[in-house]
Amino acid sequence: MANGLMTVSYIAAAILFILSLGGLSRQETARRGNFYGALGMAIAILATVIGAQVTGYALLIPAILVGAVAGWVLAVRVEMTQMPELVAVLHSFVGLAATLVGYSSYLDPNAHLVGAEKTIHEVEIFLGIFIGAVTFTGSIIAFGKLRGSISGKPLMLPARHWMNLTGLLVVFYLGSVFLGSEGTGGLTPLIVMTLIAFLFGIHLVMSIGGADMPVVVSMLNSYSGWAAAATGFMLSNDLLIVTGALVGSSGAILSYIMCRAMNRSFISVILGGFGTGGGTSSAAAPEGEVVAISAEETAQLLVDAKEVIIVPGYGMAVAQAQGVISEITKRLRAKGVKVRFGIHPVAGRLPGHMNVLLAEAKVPYDIVMEMDEINADFPETDAVLVVGANDIVNPSAQDDPGSPIAGMPVLEVWKAKTVVVFKRSMATGYAGVDNPLFFKENTRMLFGDAKKSVDGILAHIPS
Amino acid sequence: MAMIIGIPREVHSGERRVAATPDTATQLMKLGFKVALEAGAGAGSQLSDAAYAAVGVEIVSDTRSLWHRADIVMKVRPPELHPVLGVHESELLNPGKTLISFIWPAQNSDLMEKLMARGVTVLAMDAIPRISRAQKMDALSSMANIAGYRAIIEASQHFGRFFTGQITAAGKVQPAKVMVIGAGVAGLSALGTARGLGAIVRAFDTRPEVKQQIESMGAEFLELDFEEEGSGSGGYAKQMSPEFIKAEMALFAAQAKEVDIIVTTALIPGKPAPKLITAEMVASMKPGSVIVDLAAEQGGNCECTVPGEVAVVNGVSVIGYTDLPSRLSAQSSQLYGTNLRHLLTDLTPAKDGQIVVNMEDDVIRGATVIHNGALTWPAPPLKVPAIAPAKPAAAPVAAPKHGEPSPPTKGSTLTTIAVLGILVFGAIGAYAPPAFLPHFTVFVLACFVGYQVVWNVTPALHTPLMSVTNAISGIIVIGALLQVSSPDSLVMVLAVFSVLIATINIAGGFRVTQRMLNMFRKD
Repeated sequence: MANGLMTVSYIAAAILFILSLGGLSRQETARRGNFYGALGMAIAILATVIGAQVTGYALLIPAILVGAVAGWVLAVRVEMTQMPELVAVLHSFVGLAATLVGYSSYLDPNAHLVGAEKTIHEVEIFLGIFIGAVTFTGSIIAFGKLRGSISGKPLMLPARHWMNLTGLLVVFYLGSVFLGSEGTGGLTPLIVMTLIAFLFGIHLVMSIGGADMPVVVSMLNSYSGWAAAATGFMLSNDLLIVTGALVGSSGAILSYIMCRAMNRSFISVILGGFGTGGGTSSAAAPEGEVVAISAEETAQLLVDAKEVIIVPGYGMAVAQAQGVISEITKRLRAKGVKVRFGIHPVAGRLPGHMNVLLAEAKVPYDIVMEMDEINADFPETDAVLVVGANDIVNPSAQDDPGSPIAGMPVLEVWKAKTVVVFKRSMATGYAGVDNPLFFKENTRMLFGDAKKSVDGILAHIPS
Repeated sequence: MAMIIGIPREVHSGERRVAATPDTATQLMKLGFKVALEAGAGAGSQLSDAAYAAVGVEIVSDTRSLWHRADIVMKVRPPELHPVLGVHESELLNPGKTLISFIWPAQNSDLMEKLMARGVTVLAMDAIPRISRAQKMDALSSMANIAGYRAIIEASQHFGRFFTGQITAAGKVQPAKVMVIGAGVAGLSALGTARGLGAIVRAFDTRPEVKQQIESMGAEFLELDFEEEGSGSGGYAKQMSPEFIKAEMALFAAQAKEVDIIVTTALIPGKPAPKLITAEMVASMKPGSVIVDLAAEQGGNCECTVPGEVAVVNGVSVIGYTDLPSRLSAQSSQLYGTNLRHLLTDLTPAKDGQIVVNMEDDVIRGATVIHNGALTWPAPPLKVPAIAPAKPAAAPVAAPKHGEPSPPTKGSTLTTIAVLGILVFGAIGAYAPPAFLPHFTVFVLACFVGYQVVWNVTPALHTPLMSVTNAISGIIVIGALLQVSSPDSLVMVLAVFSVLIATINIAGGFRVTQRMLNMFRKD
């Protein structure tokens, strides 16, 4: 295929990718957006494979087929509650691919660049490999933390900021050595740099607390984009640059949105540790009585209510309670009770995690509201069910300036007439902060496993 | 020895209620009491003696022996002259016994004298303080609720038209317009019932805090262009100034010309009912209109009201029934019986069938008007208003919050970023080779496109967005594809492996996004 046609195909693919991201901004156009993305990818791959530069079909086609089938099977099999892990592991693939492509590009004997162009090319390679390697190990650690095989507690090494800084300085030094070398003599500093980048990625995610996971995942998403963009620079491929930049900026914006939802600065999340540095709570432990309620009474409360808001959190995902909650919602709606869901932006372990789970359980998306849409409606609400959420409904974020989560926007569930909180025990949430909500006069605690509790409620709501 | 609760037959002419139903009697027996009922006491409420006997109530046919044996007598109406026995009911009550019924001590001083002379303890259902804890035994409210409901039913009987508006094949039917004066329990109940029948309902009350309650029932609150607070203690209205009353009367006169049905419920404690609907207003109403005067017993809110009867003035029916709850006797008996049962639950802390008149308890203290022959009425006032008064008018605009980052900081960061940006761009422009610049242009533009496109994504779609961007970042496969044909075998192996994992990413990412998006659905 002529070079011109390939360029035109790349332009088409880039436009399709932009349309794809644009389409995903609304429910109505989201499916079309996904289709555009896949179409753009197909065009890009086809144009490249047919292009003059590619000849090794015997190896290439099996690799594509195997990869496609493996990805497809993985995607079909994955449980929706495991979405965060899947996304993390896919990020690690991009990171690894970027690292490998960087090495290949360096070792490729076809490149004959001289002077400033050679320097720029090598800077690109160096940078591309660095970002790719950080993305790779960071995603692997994120995957482990999300699965629970690595502790969610932030790892607090002494002098961790100095370690990071030293690492970066060494990387700079290696870079200069790498640039000064001839032929493939720069391989050694490149490999050492890659190892440091691996450690850097591990440390980066290890030191971030489990509650900040949505930010980490979207941040890694952003990195994978920048890795692709860096690869585009080193290969002088505009499509890679455009796509990488799109993904990189979208991930960065998502991270920013997540941070804003938690009222935390992006830098402090990246540097790790939630509620460990400052924030000694000025208030004493909340006082008051905890009033328990049974599943049967909760069911009665729901049936008698006019307006009900359900606030799900990570606990719902853990207990796999979304299906039963959907059934409860259906029955209550059939009885004329207005049921809605209030979703905090950082509920769950992935941005939009709750929405996906509720959608899987067939809860119509038009009754699933964002925090800002629903927060004003709590005073008119008869009953609120808090299922497996803690920090996102903690009134001390508003009342107690000394609290580690002070200033974080929260769902104001305590303004409703009655709040029922599902809880396994009186333990604190991810942020390790006491929740005065449990001691409020209008709060009832439904102790026990969330799944059992919702089953019990369902049993007492006649269909 | 368990106390015996005696339920005599009501002797007041036309009274059909009874102080206990088989249901409430069962509950009373659970508290440890024995219950005895005068034969035929439940007949007016369609409750046969057999129904009582079936739950274990003793049926006593002799009135005197019932009064004599009972330790506690529960009634609806205040004691009065027994028409058959020819003695006053209070004289049937032996010293040391307890009577629980409506008493109206302010209006019935003679009766109070008689009861004190008998050396008994008397709890008046109408003297129970109106606080939240006592709502379950507030017989005034439960009876007022029934009266309000019945008022609309009576009105509909005398009103020759539909309440609801309809477009029928036989023509259009205008909805009835109902005005309710006084939005207490009876008023709210009346307006709710009228709304339920489909009428257009307006309500007036001197207490501004009930506006919300009226609107919550689907009625319109008639506002007076006049500043005066009408809330008295205990949730009742107080008497208003002459200027206010003048403005109020003008409003009623205007409404009378327009509405079809007026329900008045205005009462001021311890005073005759205020006259709100004058004879001229009645004359100005359309023929066929109806006025229901729930204050008839206290003299009536309408000048044309004849207590206990329906007067027809210029074609307007003025209903002055004083026994509306009794006209719905089965319902009234059940609610009144339940109120009594709740009171007895509070009086019997040990559930052993022995009542304890605990004068430290606000509710019992309030209800007890005579304690062992001594006058204990009126009880010292409780300073808890039944309805929280409306909050003082909107507080001044909240002072600016502290601790928020002040705008100048933001401005300075922006400036810093701008300066840095100019420096970086300048450096690149000056030193980068020409081949680099087109790529750089593309890169910067793509970043901005990404920013613009992603900024408006709804949070619900964040997960699909991430998985789709993830799939798209599999575009790195292009880089690997270009290297597959390399003569260097190491490069080739690395490239093939990169192609493999990048394709996993692409296929998996798009497929899982599709799966997720298919789950989002609308009703």
